Amino acid sequence: MTNEELLAISEKEQELQQQVRYRIMVCSSTGCLSSRSDEILAALEAEVKQRGLENEVLVKKVGCLGLCAAGPIVSIQPDGILYKEMTPEDVPAILDRLGGEPLEEKRIDTHQPFFTRQKKNALENAGVVDPERIEDYIATGGYAALIKVLTEFSPSEVIQEVQKSGLRGRGGAGYPTGLKWSTVAKAEGEQKFVVCNADEGDPGAFMDRSILESDPHRVLEGMIIAAYAVGANQGYVYVRAEYPLAVKRFRTAIRQAEKMGFLGQNICGTPFSFKVDVRLGAGAFVCGEETALLQSVEGNRGMPRLRPPYPAQSGLFGKPTLVNNVETYANIPAILRNGGEWFAQTGTEKSKGTKVFALTGKVKNTGLIEVPMGITLREIVYDIGGGVPDGRKFKAVQTGGPSGGCIPEELLDTPVDYESLKALGSMMGSGGMIVIDDRSDMIDVARYFMEFSMEESCGKCVPCRVGTVQLYNLLGKFQRREATEEDLKTLEELCDLVRSASLCGLGQAAPNPILSTLKYFREEYLAKIRKSTPVEEA
Amino acid sequence: MMTPGTAVKTFTMDGKPFSATEEETILDVARENGIDIPTLCHLEGILPTGQCRLCMVEIQGSGRLVPACATKPEEGMDIITDNPRLRNYRKMIVELLFSERNHICAVCVSNGHCELQSVAQRLGVNHVRFAYLHPRFMLDGSHPKYEVDHNRCILCGRCVRVCEEIEGAHTRDLRNRGIRTMVITDFDTPWGESPTCTGCGKCVHVCPTGALAEKGKSVAEMAKRRHFLPYLAMRRRGGK
Repeated sequence: MTNEELLAISEKEQELQQQVRYRIMVCSSTGCLSSRSDEILAALEAEVKQRGLENEVLVKKVGCLGLCAAGPIVSIQPDGILYKEMTPEDVPAILDRLGGEPLEEKRIDTHQPFFTRQKKNALENAGVVDPERIEDYIATGGYAALIKVLTEFSPSEVIQEVQKSGLRGRGGAGYPTGLKWSTVAKAEGEQKFVVCNADEGDPGAFMDRSILESDPHRVLEGMIIAAYAVGANQGYVYVRAEYPLAVKRFRTAIRQAEKMGFLGQNICGTPFSFKVDVRLGAGAFVCGEETALLQSVEGNRGMPRLRPPYPAQSGLFGKPTLVNNVETYANIPAILRNGGEWFAQTGTEKSKGTKVFALTGKVKNTGLIEVPMGITLREIVYDIGGGVPDGRKFKAVQTGGPSGGCIPEELLDTPVDYESLKALGSMMGSGGMIVIDDRSDMIDVARYFMEFSMEESCGKCVPCRVGTVQLYNLLGKFQRREATEEDLKTLEELCDLVRSASLCGLGQAAPNPILSTLKYFREEYLAKIRKSTPVEEA
Repeated sequence: MMTPGTAVKTFTMDGKPFSATEEETILDVARENGIDIPTLCHLEGILPTGQCRLCMVEIQGSGRLVPACATKPEEGMDIITDNPRLRNYRKMIVELLFSERNHICAVCVSNGHCELQSVAQRLGVNHVRFAYLHPRFMLDGSHPKYEVDHNRCILCGRCVRVCEEIEGAHTRDLRNRGIRTMVITDFDTPWGESPTCTGCGKCVHVCPTGALAEKGKSVAEMAKRRHFLPYLAMRRRGGK
């Protein structure tokens, strides 16, 4: 495949899409599919055929359109109309209105902040391209970055570009991506691996799943570019088996890319060869930790091991391995297409670019959003999220999943970047964001996350395996108003032990929900301490 | 000043200067010099995993805790092996282990020569501040010579590692998560029916507690013999 051939495919596809007067796009991500968007798609196709509109209207399935709360969503282009809560019965009505006055009662206002305040990069093609057609991806400029890189850049120039972009790992810890790439590139070894972490086990998080479902080729292109940069010839996508649609679409993407010569021997006629395989995870939260993930890919029980050595030196099968998250790879093609400086224009001093969040909980506009780094939590919750529904009061926003913490109202003006969230005792995490209203008890919230960590502990080290259970039990004592001052002291000591002594990052972060609620909602704990000594003990 | 890349590294431990070869861990140097750092999962001869977290030491300046059994000292490192914080953590870890399963010494075959018991005594654990969890596990007596009582297991992984690394059988592994994690034989078959177990008994003798024991032995007789391990490990590496 040469650049000219790629352009020809792109032009042909664009022509095909321009031929029709209307493109009707139906969200076919897991969220909308669960509310029958596949039936809407089928009804649209049947109705278009029946009306003999095949040459005028193109019906296609696309990835996530973002506003999951209003799903299933249908988008009409080029008019830029979005319809919410569609049913197959609505199909004739929207076809009747094509080109005329839109169906007001189903229309979503696209000028609201939910749409205008976002900035998309990783989600650029979500809701635009058909995730199961490589031609559609190519029509948006897909794989152009790969060809450019393979024909014009040396591996070290690719790494320089990524370093210039300031991109940091989107899996949560925020390690500089370019630095990681250069470490793997410099590691010695004939055989190197590139691994995509698509485990995503946090409660309330669905960013990686949505990206894979909406735009699998973008992730694949990012991986191939990474493999070229670090000198890997084999890649693995580690994705949990609970994501069947993501798995199916990614496998389709691999087959299509192989057919077009973007994967396999001598990619695009260059000496570079690279293969990608999918590895299914059985759904263990700990397998999102990179050393446990690699164990699992090797076919062992997924348990973290001590670092160093880091995977960059000794990873999969003892070979140098690059492990990046789905969203990190999804950012790569645009960085190489537009240059690192272009990417670095967005965001803050230390956190560049945009970040995808799964906004859920007690907020009006639940869904998938991508925002520039540095936006405040308040803007996310109130402007983009539309605030707390049912006239309730905002209480806290939980970021970073079980490893993160709860942030109260008075700190909502904090900018969203790696350092600021960490300073609050929370973290970016992979991007789950759960809004909590005044009906929730913060001890319940902390206990919910503790239960998750306790159930998901791999059992290897004592502080995490037993400590999380004891933390969970202690929180139960508070809930039942049986806790004493002594229990509060033990709770704090134990949090510190689990945080400082656990073997892997997941254990070390497990007490964060308790620590942050103790910090910002301490009065709720104090209010539940047993006031008087029971008679039998007196 | 030493030049970078020298094979021997110098550092301080509890304020005193020490040196270590590139192969040696903090624990090796400590033991060489009579500094007591408690461990439960570590055993000379098998690979360290740093999972019991008892041997945590503090790196001065960073406040970071690292497992002494699996961390190699770096040039100029300032290591603290004992202070009130570490002592409290170690006690808490032992208390957590006691709270987890049934560790009632009076009715255990390893009473008197149990590593958990002796570590607890050394650290001065005289009460457990956590609720007892006591999940119920079965006892597997299907093997003709040995028995396993999962209620006494502290999941140190020594038996798993010795079986894999020294005996080369990999009969043992783990199943389940959290406190339901347990050591299994093959694909969770009764020990007596295991087609891969060679009956060598190494797992029994490296077990720190009474979880693995020889059948028919009295408490006084069930002392564990581990002197074979460093020797076998050395022979496997091709040493003489």
